[in-house]
Amino acid sequence: MDNRLEKIVQVLQENAGATYEEFRGELHIFIHAEQIVDVLTYLQDEHAFTLLSVLTAVDYWPQENPRFHVIYQLTSLTQNMFIQLRVPVNASQPRVPTATGVFDVANWREREVADMFGIEFEGHPDPRRILMPEDWDGHPLRRDYPLGYEEPQFSFNFEEIDLRKPYVKE
Amino acid sequence: MGVEQKLGNMGIVTTTLETAVNWARTNAMWPMLFGLACCAIEMMAAQAADYDMSRFGMELMRPSPRQSDLMIVAGRVSRKMAPVLRRLYDQMPEPKWVIAMGDCASCGGVFNNYAIVQGVDEVVPVDVYVAGCPPRPEALIHGVVTLFEKVKGEKFTDLVKA
Amino acid sequence: MSDYQLEEIPVGPYKHLVSERAVTGETMLLNMGPQHPSTHGVLRLLLELDGEIIVNCIPDIGYLHTGVEKNMEAKTYLKAEVMSDRLDYMNPLGNNLAYCMAVEKLVDLDVPPRAQALRVILVELQRIASHLVWLGAFGLDLAAMSVFLYCFREREVILDIFELVSGQRMMTTYIRPGGLWRDVPVEFEAAVRNFLKIFPARVDEYEALLSKNPLLQDRIVGIGKLSAHDALSYGVTGPMLRASGVDWDIRKARPYMGYEQYDFKIPTRPEGDTYARYIVRIEEFRESLKIIEQALNKLPMGPIKSDDRKFVPPPRSEIGTSMESLIHHFKLWTEGFPGPKGSIYNAVESPRGELGVYLEGDGGPKPYRVHWRTPSFNNLSVISLITRGHLVADLIAILASVDIVLGDIDR
Repeated sequence: MDNRLEKIVQVLQENAGATYEEFRGELHIFIHAEQIVDVLTYLQDEHAFTLLSVLTAVDYWPQENPRFHVIYQLTSLTQNMFIQLRVPVNASQPRVPTATGVFDVANWREREVADMFGIEFEGHPDPRRILMPEDWDGHPLRRDYPLGYEEPQFSFNFEEIDLRKPYVKE
Repeated sequence: MGVEQKLGNMGIVTTTLETAVNWARTNAMWPMLFGLACCAIEMMAAQAADYDMSRFGMELMRPSPRQSDLMIVAGRVSRKMAPVLRRLYDQMPEPKWVIAMGDCASCGGVFNNYAIVQGVDEVVPVDVYVAGCPPRPEALIHGVVTLFEKVKGEKFTDLVKA
Repeated sequence: MSDYQLEEIPVGPYKHLVSERAVTGETMLLNMGPQHPSTHGVLRLLLELDGEIIVNCIPDIGYLHTGVEKNMEAKTYLKAEVMSDRLDYMNPLGNNLAYCMAVEKLVDLDVPPRAQALRVILVELQRIASHLVWLGAFGLDLAAMSVFLYCFREREVILDIFELVSGQRMMTTYIRPGGLWRDVPVEFEAAVRNFLKIFPARVDEYEALLSKNPLLQDRIVGIGKLSAHDALSYGVTGPMLRASGVDWDIRKARPYMGYEQYDFKIPTRPEGDTYARYIVRIEEFRESLKIIEQALNKLPMGPIKSDDRKFVPPPRSEIGTSMESLIHHFKLWTEGFPGPKGSIYNAVESPRGELGVYLEGDGGPKPYRVHWRTPSFNNLSVISLITRGHLVADLIAILASVDIVLGDIDR
């Protein structure tokens, strides 16, 4: 990998106990949940990673420890560098400190992750649901949430689905 | 019959009241702006210069439901949007018609999941379904003309609600 | 039937977002609801108004949430591409490109140079079509209706080219992993050259109508200023970022599909107001035309799809003669190709900004997780910042200049 990125990885390994892996030329660094805000501040101030491109999560159910990985992708415009941070989160305590103090975009992106996965971001100024209706139950992007697939109506089961479907008469 | 033969070249036409009322309704039906997603762009293209819908009387699209007769549901209706759709339909004055434009409004389309209402006829009663993803502007115009045929065949006794 | 009363919006749930004046009743909470003639799609804005002046603007999104990310996990890699068209519905070919490049990066698949050049031509044509709709809607919101009709007339020429190539006007799914679906017909070059001949004069016509127009200048100069620092902190990309003075374009920074061979500029303006965003997009028309012309002149001959039969279906002519091709074809259409275990992130430049796909595979034929990093989500989040202190009529102009597409935001 790039030697500028190597230096960053070394610093993070020494100070934050981070591990890393590479895949198809990309660098993924694993950070613990408590240190993510410090790492983001360090990268933004010292190495000019000013753009937070992606803030999302992946669910590895039925694996419980860790169940989620929260993913941050940072871009440095001046140095044209990209780096991906992954925060493993357990199923029993899905909590990560909020990054809204560092990047303003985290406000909406963390609301989206909390809505879709149920991960709580401590200290978030506005924890409301963003994409689903306010009174929705459940977190849709979890792997144990059903897709909500409805049986398609072909000609062989036309009448029986017709009777079940809630048509509006007036 | 005899009356028409005598009055024919005096510039007077006789017809039934139903035909006259239906003719008036189809000639200037104002659609409500209800473009949700991709089908809205094809609806806008149907309204623009190449496929002109004003030839059929739909000169302007009214954003307010109180001033429109026709609701073209163009696009996918999500579960969050369904109560809003019903509310707007209720605010339209009689007589009103609904065209479900596109596959997502007719039956849920490509999206068979938790978030999309599988066919907008679960929320409002639909008169004409236009298929396509998105339907060509010509297909939408065909749907509108089909609706006109349906309106021309309406009788007063059907519209009276108890 | 309709038995609801007109209710006031309660301040309670929004107490942490509005000023104290709303609680006392000095300012009013007004709902600019999901259905409104000038919100570009189903967006609900809660405005806290002091007379006509906006004190706070709270967007409420999710009215077009389609559950695409979850639905793509249930389909194979090729079948999931169909859903990618319908996300940012102004830019379906661009979404196809973002997804196909992500799949190609994940399974390490090559793309032949002819397919790369044709992809560039089609994506730049799509960029022009998207900006034409933006310009039409922009004019419509500012009550310049004739611009809307002119832009859609141009757009029909581009949609005719798409129909010539793929059979569909909008949701083409023409760009597939490994190349394109089919080769372009012989009339393609003539159709694109005809478009290149007529379009520059039309752009000059739009500029003559709008840019120096004193009515337009009164309405949009100095409105909705966004500083570069705020833009980066909010993750804004695309023409909105370039209109605030930062020249960041993924086509220049991380060139893909052969963009490094084409000579084009990145239009940037320092002011950051609505007029700057308007000028940047008009300039992008001209730059896209340059790219299309260069790509068309340099168009190489050669195969249109990759040779790797494990991922790309073989041509129909081979299936009758070769047993291997038949087996590959059968496996691809029934089961699909397997994606390796691992995750990648791939970003392209869409007409709205950085469109990225985070794709994770788990060794099976279906993607494990697909996340779309869509630019309009970030672009809309600054709206509460840049409309503070403006009038409601300015809000309409600012919202038109941000160029949001709700399918992009809500996915």
